[in-house]
Amino acid sequence: MLGRRGTLRFLVGPAYLWLILLFVAPLLLAVAISFRPEVGPIRFGDPWQLSLAQYQAITASPSWLRLLGVSIVMAFTVAAVASILAYPIAYFLAFRARERASLFLVLLLIPFATSFLLRVMAWKLLLGSNGAINSFLIWIGLIHEPISLLLYSQAAVILTLIYVWIPFAALPIYASLQRIDRSHLEAAADLGSGPWTRFARVTVPLSLPGLLATFFMVFIPTVGEYVTPSLVGGTGGIMYGNLIQDFFTRAGNWPLGSALAVIMLLVTLALVAIALRVVDLRRLAT
Amino acid sequence: MTTAPRRRSRGAVGVGHTRLPLGPAYAIMLALLYLPIVLLAVFSFNANTTLTFPLRGFTLSWYSAVFSDPALLGAARNSLVVGIAAATTATALGLAVTLAVLRFRFRGRRALLALAGAPLLVPFVVLGVALFLLFALLGVPRSLLTVAAGHSVVALPYASLILVARMIGLDPALEDAAMDLGASYPTTLRRVTVPLLGPSLLAAWLTSFIVSFDEVALANFLAGGSPTFPVFLYGQLRFAQQLPVLIAMAVLLMIGTVTLNLLVNRLRSQD
Repeated sequence: MLGRRGTLRFLVGPAYLWLILLFVAPLLLAVAISFRPEVGPIRFGDPWQLSLAQYQAITASPSWLRLLGVSIVMAFTVAAVASILAYPIAYFLAFRARERASLFLVLLLIPFATSFLLRVMAWKLLLGSNGAINSFLIWIGLIHEPISLLLYSQAAVILTLIYVWIPFAALPIYASLQRIDRSHLEAAADLGSGPWTRFARVTVPLSLPGLLATFFMVFIPTVGEYVTPSLVGGTGGIMYGNLIQDFFTRAGNWPLGSALAVIMLLVTLALVAIALRVVDLRRLAT
Repeated sequence: MTTAPRRRSRGAVGVGHTRLPLGPAYAIMLALLYLPIVLLAVFSFNANTTLTFPLRGFTLSWYSAVFSDPALLGAARNSLVVGIAAATTATALGLAVTLAVLRFRFRGRRALLALAGAPLLVPFVVLGVALFLLFALLGVPRSLLTVAAGHSVVALPYASLILVARMIGLDPALEDAAMDLGASYPTTLRRVTVPLLGPSLLAAWLTSFIVSFDEVALANFLAGGSPTFPVFLYGQLRFAQQLPVLIAMAVLLMIGTVTLNLLVNRLRSQD
């Protein structure tokens, strides 16, 4: 029979083991490989040589780091716009929908649950030169030549990703608005503040942790995107993630790809750390 | 769904009573969210190989083609296998983390909780290449197993979050009572704690399954020669040969994931 201590070991052991083996170790491995000098795949047992060659190569090609900057700006735009557009949706659900809230929530869950690729795909088909928008406009006689600017651009990537993330962003904001104690709002009203003051001074500050968590839940997957750019971005819309993917698939330069991935990880974690200093996310748990 | 009994405000104190047309704004937003999906669904019934207007007439042939395409069906089966394996692993580990963190005092308690949530902070492309390197250097051939391993890690934060949220609301006295009556700790877990967590365990499992079933960025690095459905779809989309069939399949799977999501919503609102 297992005692309480034995049970604890049984609970903690496998979880730690799993996370260290499949999360911590691979990330450390990528860091280690980024300090190797080779240009190609690596085999277990290859002699170890510490080298900064990959990082030197990266600093020597400013276009790569510029692409990281572009990706951060794109992800920032997507996360900010998706969160802002999701906010009224969540607000409506939390404060205005009343007894119909669960119905409206279900309506929101359907696009949320629709396959990510299918939704990206939908925009590719909408925007393409043979796509639904162009063929529709030609069919009704509004235009005679397809507009080619719609697809394969940075704007197409940003637009598609905003669309993809809105339903996902609305849910945590909704949860944070729901947790707001309504008596705070009534107290503010009793003290004479109008609807806009209540919104700006009570509702928004109280939903800020949820808003920030939402922002990062969109920002982090978006900054590392390579799937959406490869489908709707063309050459003008590629992101830093496409670069990393390329060095692991086509180019097959693992150490350089690892160094690029390590830089992305460090930048992402730094941004999260900065945000955590601004807003205390632990308040979310209460 | 509802939290504390809500005081319905009246008159001038109207909480949430702005004059802004939030209802219509919500309707427009939903319409925009649905439009592309509905359009795809329409094209999956359209008798034309390209997705262009005007529509050419109603057909079910794309849907029947789905069931005679072994590669497509194989990919869907792979996704099912991976999803089940990843969800079961993530839920079991999430339950272990939840119980350890909320029912025990030990060194590294906060570290364990942070580690279980940390995969949310790592872009998938980074974790994807890192796991790719791990399996390549260890000589583990890429397969459904490696995809499931990766997915179990990225689903763990979701499973843990759902279970922790539920477990916080459970009175530890129920477990203490069972043990006072002579049940061993493992028996108490099996007979008291797990049944009390019931719907949340199912919600955690289904959420993990959905995360895995829809995931492409990580799986793309780890699938090797046996693609999951999103990886297969991603591979085919760039050289669209039989687009309507793929869309028909995606629409069919969408119906499945939407149903699962509604189920999760129902389960979690019971807590």
